Amino acid sequence: MNIITCIKQVPASSNVKVDSNTGVLIRESNNVKMNPYDLYGLETAFQIKEMKESVDIHAVTMGPPSAKQVLEEALYMGADEATLVSDRRFAGADVLATSYTLSQLIDHISNYDMIICGKQTTDGDTAQVGPEIAEFLNIPHVPYVVDIIEINRDGIVVKSTYDTYDEIVSVKFPCLLTLDKGSQVPRLPSYKRKQIMKTHQIETITLDDLDDQNPNHYGLNGSPTQVEEIFPPDKRSDSIQIKGSNKEVTKEIMDILAKNRYL
Amino acid sequence: MGYIKINQKKVTQDLADELQDICPFNAFDYVDQYLSINAACKVCKICVNKGPEGICEFIEETQVQINKKDYKGIAVYIEQKDNQAHKVGWELIGKAKELALKTEEPVYAIVIGNDVMKIAEEALNYGIDKVFVYQNKAYRNFNVENYTNVIEAFYRKYKVNIILVGGTMLGRSFAPRIAARLRTGLTADCTKLDIKENGDLLQIRPAFGGNIMAKIHTPNNRPQLATIRYKMFDAPPKIKRFGEIVEEPTDDIIIKTTIELLDTIHQPKVKDINDAEIIIAVGRAFKKQSDLDLIKPLQKRLNAEIACTRPLIENGWFDPRKQIGLSGRTVKPKLIINLGISGAVQYIEGMKESELIITVNHDSSNKLFDISHYAIHGDIYDILPELNKQLEVLEQ
Ligand SMILES: Cc1cc2nc3c(=O)[nH]c(=O)nc-3n(C[C@H](O)[C@H](O)[C@H](O)COP(=O)(O)OP(=O)(O)OC[C@H]3O[C@@H](n4cnc5c(N)ncnc54)[C@H](O)[C@@H]3O)c2cc1C
Ligand SMILES: Nc1ncnc2c1ncn2[C@@H]1O[C@H](COP(=O)(O)O)[C@@H](O)[C@H]1O
Repeated sequence: MNIITCIKQVPASSNVKVDSNTGVLIRESNNVKMNPYDLYGLETAFQIKEMKESVDIHAVTMGPPSAKQVLEEALYMGADEATLVSDRRFAGADVLATSYTLSQLIDHISNYDMIICGKQTTDGDTAQVGPEIAEFLNIPHVPYVVDIIEINRDGIVVKSTYDTYDEIVSVKFPCLLTLDKGSQVPRLPSYKRKQIMKTHQIETITLDDLDDQNPNHYGLNGSPTQVEEIFPPDKRSDSIQIKGSNKEVTKEIMDILAKNRYL
Repeated sequence: MGYIKINQKKVTQDLADELQDICPFNAFDYVDQYLSINAACKVCKICVNKGPEGICEFIEETQVQINKKDYKGIAVYIEQKDNQAHKVGWELIGKAKELALKTEEPVYAIVIGNDVMKIAEEALNYGIDKVFVYQNKAYRNFNVENYTNVIEAFYRKYKVNIILVGGTMLGRSFAPRIAARLRTGLTADCTKLDIKENGDLLQIRPAFGGNIMAKIHTPNNRPQLATIRYKMFDAPPKIKRFGEIVEEPTDDIIIKTTIELLDTIHQPKVKDINDAEIIIAVGRAFKKQSDLDLIKPLQKRLNAEIACTRPLIENGWFDPRKQIGLSGRTVKPKLIINLGISGAVQYIEGMKESELIITVNHDSSNKLFDISHYAIHGDIYDILPELNKQLEVLEQ
């Protein structure tokens, strides 16, 4: 059985500041990590590998060359294969173009029964890429999966979690799952695997390797949505500043609550 | 549409450094005196607009333009479960009507299910032009494959300009499927919507994971698709109905799926902060979980719900349903007291419509003060014990 896991490198801290004078974004550090939901996805794939015979796990990511780092991490944790899809012509991709690029990559790999994505990324936070990949590949998807209940020859039974209820759903292969935090505890990269996989080649795929080579379907040109303007969030001008000793400011809080009939 | 061109002749080490500094996405590589842009580039054009002059240039490329006049109507997808409409649908109808006033377009609702005429009737009460109903036994439970086929059929027939979908968990799984099927853009979790005269929808939401808002549009694709969270907008008042229900045939819509719902398990009810009237929200200022006991007297006195920021969910201190913000719940209580929260834009977008906002923080540069009615400068570890003392005096 062949599983493809989509993983993404995200900023480790969400502290992107904006210089209100120039409108320039300042990213505080260059610290990056693997998107946490993708760790749940990988762990789920590893658990399936432990449950079943001959499972092959292929981690893929789309990003700049430096994104190879998350692929190495995946290999050291237990993935068998890793591929980066990277090309300057992918720059400025919105969700549609990103999902299309990943679906082209997956088509290129071609051999898969199941694709595993994270529920969402902590930087983009759209939770759209998984379902869009599934649509481009014309396969079903099941979102918010927290548990694998059963794997059969031709399909899988999973538990998905929604706001106020859970669903038990069965779906046939090939399919795509998006993984939410469940009982999985993502494993750490192991020293032993690192020794084995250190020399493993991570393949880089560019636009020239994909089936659809029309550059207008990728990057900015393939993105229906465009950012027209960025601006700092609203402020209110009438906020009342309360300073003083602890006693004084606390008394003020009591007065505000009393004045508004909460005490 | 276009790309960023670099004028290599003018590039020096200093200018390359400067560009690497201002690029928020680390998209510049300078190797062997050649400056290149890598795949991390988001074409935010900061290098063009704010970078050293004459180095980066945006080259426009023209595309075949669609005729925007051919697409008319704002359609709202009305999500239902067990034949009960989710209220976010009514809120979106309210917003759709507001937008339609500017462009003089009709407002529609789409209802999919089995035995859902009641919902269609209900939708008319909010003053819309038409409700399109797709009924079939196969549509009794939501199924992303079959439902996407329905929306595709609807769009091919009616060529609407905009489709709005509630940003519920189902909506967030459904809308991207529609977007990819119709090869169009989708902006998730918009916090504000506006429209241009030419029908272009302006989709406003926090962006790039930072304290910044972006105005996003879809200049050359239709339909325009957006999801909006529950409670972001107000439901419109019910008025005298004037619209009509159109029952659409479903015979020609393909019904085919390998997804089978085997069981639904209802979780024990947690009181939802969505509808809370009084909220005490706590942030990372709380050093350990047991320190949360400090808020108990106030919580009891106000009969408040407790809510929190995302890091506290990540710590495992709270059920995820208690998180306020863009990736949590939107709340609009009568009173919210924020304790030790920095006010990241993703948090603020989930609570800024609250009627009375009181914030305690010891750092006066925190962003939440900017939107609070009362900004209390102080340390929660000093103020909460003092508050508990004063509350006790009051009780006696
Ligand atoms: C795509 C995306 C989506 C997100 N969605 C959400 C969301 O839905 N909800 C959400 O909350 N976050 C969300 N975040 C995270 C968000 O950016 C912030 O990181 C988070 O809200 C910060 O939480 P905080 O204010 O509790 O912590 P911090 O930012 O660490 O702030 C703690 C505050 O407490 C103050 N403080 C510390 N000690 C004391 C003390 N003793 N007395 C008084 N004040 C004190 C500090 O001055 C500081 O202002 C999202 C991030 C991203 C990238
Ligand atoms: N650039 C990318 N490369 C690989 N996988 C991605 C990428 N972007 C998103 N994904 C996958 O899609 C999921 C949802 O992402 P998002 O829609 O950005 O919230 C992630 O958890 C990943 O599994």
